[in-house]
Amino acid sequence: MFEGAVRKQLDEVLKKYPTKQAALLPALWMVQQNKGWIPDEAMSETAEVLDVTSAYVKGVVTFYTMYHQHPVGENFVQVCTTSPCNLCGAEDVVSALLEATGCAALGETSPDGKFTVIEVECLGACGFATPILVNDDFIEDVTPKKVPEIVGKYRDGKA
Amino acid sequence: MGYPHEPHSKETVVLSRYFGDKSARSYDGWVERGGYKALKKTLDMDPAAVIDVVKESGLRGRGGAGFPTGVKWSFMPKEKNKPHYLCCNADESEPGTFKDREIMRWTPHAMIEGCAIAQHAIQAEVTYIYIRGEFTEELAIVEQALREAYSDGVLGDDAMGSGKKLDMYIHRGAGAYICGEETALMNSIEGKRGNPRIKPPFPAAFGVFGMPTTINNVETLAVVPHIINEGAEWHNSMCLSNPKSVGTKLFSVCGHVVKPGNYEVTMGFSLGELINDLAGGMREGRTLKACIPGGSSVPILNKEETENCILDYEGCIEQGTMLGSGGVIVFDDSADMVYQIMLLARFYAHESCAQCTQCREGTAWTTRILERMLAGKGKTEDLDLLLDLADQMTGKTICVLSDSCAAPVVSGIKKFRDEFEAYINGSREPVLVHG
Ligand SMILES: Cc1cc2nc3c(=O)[nH]c(=O)nc-3n(C[C@H](O)[C@H](O)[C@H](O)COP(=O)(O)O)c2cc1C
Ligand code: SF4
Ligand code: FES
Repeated sequence: MFEGAVRKQLDEVLKKYPTKQAALLPALWMVQQNKGWIPDEAMSETAEVLDVTSAYVKGVVTFYTMYHQHPVGENFVQVCTTSPCNLCGAEDVVSALLEATGCAALGETSPDGKFTVIEVECLGACGFATPILVNDDFIEDVTPKKVPEIVGKYRDGKA
Repeated sequence: MGYPHEPHSKETVVLSRYFGDKSARSYDGWVERGGYKALKKTLDMDPAAVIDVVKESGLRGRGGAGFPTGVKWSFMPKEKNKPHYLCCNADESEPGTFKDREIMRWTPHAMIEGCAIAQHAIQAEVTYIYIRGEFTEELAIVEQALREAYSDGVLGDDAMGSGKKLDMYIHRGAGAYICGEETALMNSIEGKRGNPRIKPPFPAAFGVFGMPTTINNVETLAVVPHIINEGAEWHNSMCLSNPKSVGTKLFSVCGHVVKPGNYEVTMGFSLGELINDLAGGMREGRTLKACIPGGSSVPILNKEETENCILDYEGCIEQGTMLGSGGVIVFDDSADMVYQIMLLARFYAHESCAQCTQCREGTAWTTRILERMLAGKGKTEDLDLLLDLADQMTGKTICVLSDSCAAPVVSGIKKFRDEFEAYINGSREPVLVHG
């Protein structure tokens, strides 16, 4: 995992901190960016380069909700349903997203493997209800009406 | 200004002047608007003198607790025999709050300049900017701004030709509200689980990597360059009510209003006016029912309290609530308060770091009892049970997340008891709760 360009990237990160362990969150982001999720083997490799134990890495991975411990759909959709967004109709956005993506339920991947939709807590954009994150794209003011077009773009890989 | 809306004549625009103006984002754009003059001036000043200016300005932390910023800085050791650190808290995750996001999106250099000034004042060689993982756009913008600040000589080994070393790095979070709590944030930077630490020791003595550390919110830091440029007196005299609350404040208004957005007003502004005038009031045919003025962690106000509330630290306390982070959540008469309070409790249950029993169990049980009530299976004793739980959750834990969960529950039951009772006695149709 940490070879070539990725190793170089990690070396740059290590310069920012007085301890190796501090590079753990950035290193895990690198793993996820390269593999799409964080498999056990990658946790062991990360542990090795940062001189911590695999168990320690697992403890950290499981604390932070954005690190995937399982493979997810090609497009990972996070919808905010906390109170302020709920007031503005987030529930209907969730239903529209499940329908348009073909996901049977929240957290499940669609049969074509293209989408996983999950509910998340406040995305820090409550005035732009309902915000969603599709992969790394933050989309504001999503309404049920806008959902089919948004989903269509990601399905066709045109986003 | 009320981004994404036109500026309103009752706003006092300092931090939000360039919200929506993409050309203010770059280094050149920022310098054209007077940027980095304050830093240049500061670098020629004695650190203690910078702290004095900020003390005299009356600036109080905008992250939630309202602690005087200059006083916080003065807790850092004057004698330097260890590395010092500054942490810029850009973890913004308190439901209802979305102001730091706009500062980073439109004026990243305002934040960087504020960090650099604070860094000089507390004699820190490194600032870590902790940005929540979900803020992908803000991350890219701040990364770009930092690249510019380094290549244009603002940061680095010889900051603005002063011979002083200023380094600034981004640390990206990974989805955990609790990392906004200052000691959890430091643990997260150290590559640990984001568990808050027991205090004391306080960060100024034992902070990130065990070194003296100061933590400030993005908005707090972004005001600092203005204070250096315009003077402490300019800031201290911006006040509409209590002289202990001065300056401008960004209020994020969301929920049931016609024009949700960020509005910047002078401290002491009226909450009623903010909602009804600046944010456009309620939708057609709707009336105001309740409001949480300071982000989800503070007590809920009813209509009358909302209309009487003055937006400053003391004015909010007078109405039994807190100014917090300035995240104003508005509920109109269509809102189901029991459901909304359940959603808030669920938020805290999800975000509890689970170290303290009262918090881990209390947030989870509060949520379950409320869900049961919504499903039509509530009992009369449940209200007392919820209040008893809330009591056990308040003032007993390592951090105040636990108290934050109790606040909307206690104030909600007190002010909207009839809505809870309606679910319990069956006069209200049960609602399906998922998740
Ligand atoms: C559970 C919890 C979450 C918090 N989240 C944030 C946050 O997202 N952003 C923030 O600036 N402060 C947050 N705070 C407050 C910080 O602990 C700290 O007081 C603040 O960053 C200090 O900056 P200031 O003095 O400039 O306000 C939180 C506190 C708690 C207890
Ligand atoms: S109060 Fe809750 S969030 Fe805070 S330290 Fe205890 S368990 Fe963690
Ligand atoms: S509640 Fe949805 S973004 Fe804050």
